[in-house]
Amino acid sequence: MNTGLAKRIIPCLDVRDDQVVKGIQFRDHRVMGGIIELATRYSAEGADELVFYDITASPEGRSVDSDWVSAVAEVIDIPFCVAGGIRSVEEARKVLQRGADKISINTPAVQRPELVNELVDAFGSQCVVVGVDSVLQDGQWVTRQMTGIPDQMQQTGHRTLDWIVEVSDRGAGEIVLNCMGSDGTREGFDIEQLKLARQLISIPLIASGGAGSVSHFIDVFEQADVDGALAATVFHNNKIPIPALKQSLSAAGIGVRL
Amino acid sequence: MTLAIIDSGGANISSVIHALRRQGVEPVFTSDSEIIRGADRVILPGVGAAGTAMARLRELGLVECIRHLTQPVLGICLGMQLLFESSAESHQGEEGVDCLGIIPGKLQKLQPGEGLRVPHMGWNTTRFLRTHALLNGLPDDAWFYFVHSYRAPIGASTLASCTHGEEFAAIVARDNFHGAQFHPERSAQHGAKLLDNFMQLGRTQI
Repeated sequence: MNTGLAKRIIPCLDVRDDQVVKGIQFRDHRVMGGIIELATRYSAEGADELVFYDITASPEGRSVDSDWVSAVAEVIDIPFCVAGGIRSVEEARKVLQRGADKISINTPAVQRPELVNELVDAFGSQCVVVGVDSVLQDGQWVTRQMTGIPDQMQQTGHRTLDWIVEVSDRGAGEIVLNCMGSDGTREGFDIEQLKLARQLISIPLIASGGAGSVSHFIDVFEQADVDGALAATVFHNNKIPIPALKQSLSAAGIGVRL
Repeated sequence: MTLAIIDSGGANISSVIHALRRQGVEPVFTSDSEIIRGADRVILPGVGAAGTAMARLRELGLVECIRHLTQPVLGICLGMQLLFESSAESHQGEEGVDCLGIIPGKLQKLQPGEGLRVPHMGWNTTRFLRTHALLNGLPDDAWFYFVHSYRAPIGASTLASCTHGEEFAAIVARDNFHGAQFHPERSAQHGAKLLDNFMQLGRTQI
């Protein structure tokens, strides 16, 4: 049987002080559990990949703490991506050497776009994910940086759709488009924005922000043709168990790994 | 059982090490040809570009060492690609890179198309073309985690193929040399099974 590339379900673990936390629209973070505890649970439940965001690394001007990266690599047997304050090839190398499969950059790419090319040259496109935090402003989507700490959040001067084309041209292997207007609201992914992004790039596109029900996942795969969907709260609190979600997606005709 | 992982310069080998430890094997990560020749099993990992990896193997004087190994060898991802004759992956301005030449054929770039993203990144199933001890106990619809931009040609050594636009070799074996285009160390229970099968292969296995 060959059903083709599976659509990916990706729990996102926002890490702060060695705990997994989650906020609503990037504010009011609450502790959701331990890093290893949640990583193990998701791996066993059939998550296709995990993303860890060290959410305060960039605003605090530091790189990702790598001790927990090793601990995660040891216990899970699915791929995982680490994001948070990676500003150089050397910092990326440390995270990859500790067992991460990919690194994701956001604020540092905005501050110095050549970093994308440097990471691609050093590790290959497949290792390099660019996270984009996007918000609707005066009728167009624009990107934000330093989103881990609300008071430090800044505009970047980039229009979202221009930016994702630029990082794709620079060799990024995947885009995670985090639609901030939807984040933590559980009212559905931003299909309109994701559809536009999908038409512009041929690298994998991951939807992020707004998942609240099983139908939201079905909608985003069917309507925006994204390669994966990322969510946090609904998985952390088990409102949507991953095995049940995948069964529903499969029943809806969406190819997933069961 | 001794197992050597060849240090071919890729950054991400700790996931391979952890996966082997879960199998109860403590690997040695090395570029020492004596240790490699003396190991019961050899893994050629690989993340990065074919040209960089081959340049590194040449610099370390490991090309002939690898070609003449007689124990079971497993190339993973780029490590599998290096077993072939050459790759179209450009390197230092040149089009194409000579590889180890153990398995006939040349690697070509995957082409993006309607609904087809490159890199081929994510979980996919394979089609078994031959029976082989490396596939023991794996179901036809086993899922494996792929991340790559170049595709290996189907040939006599292909045990399983995968399709992403075009069909390519996903699992290969020729004499004592084996390869997986996907990452068994990141492919949950089916990847673990393939690694376990690799450990079980006999030294005289053809």
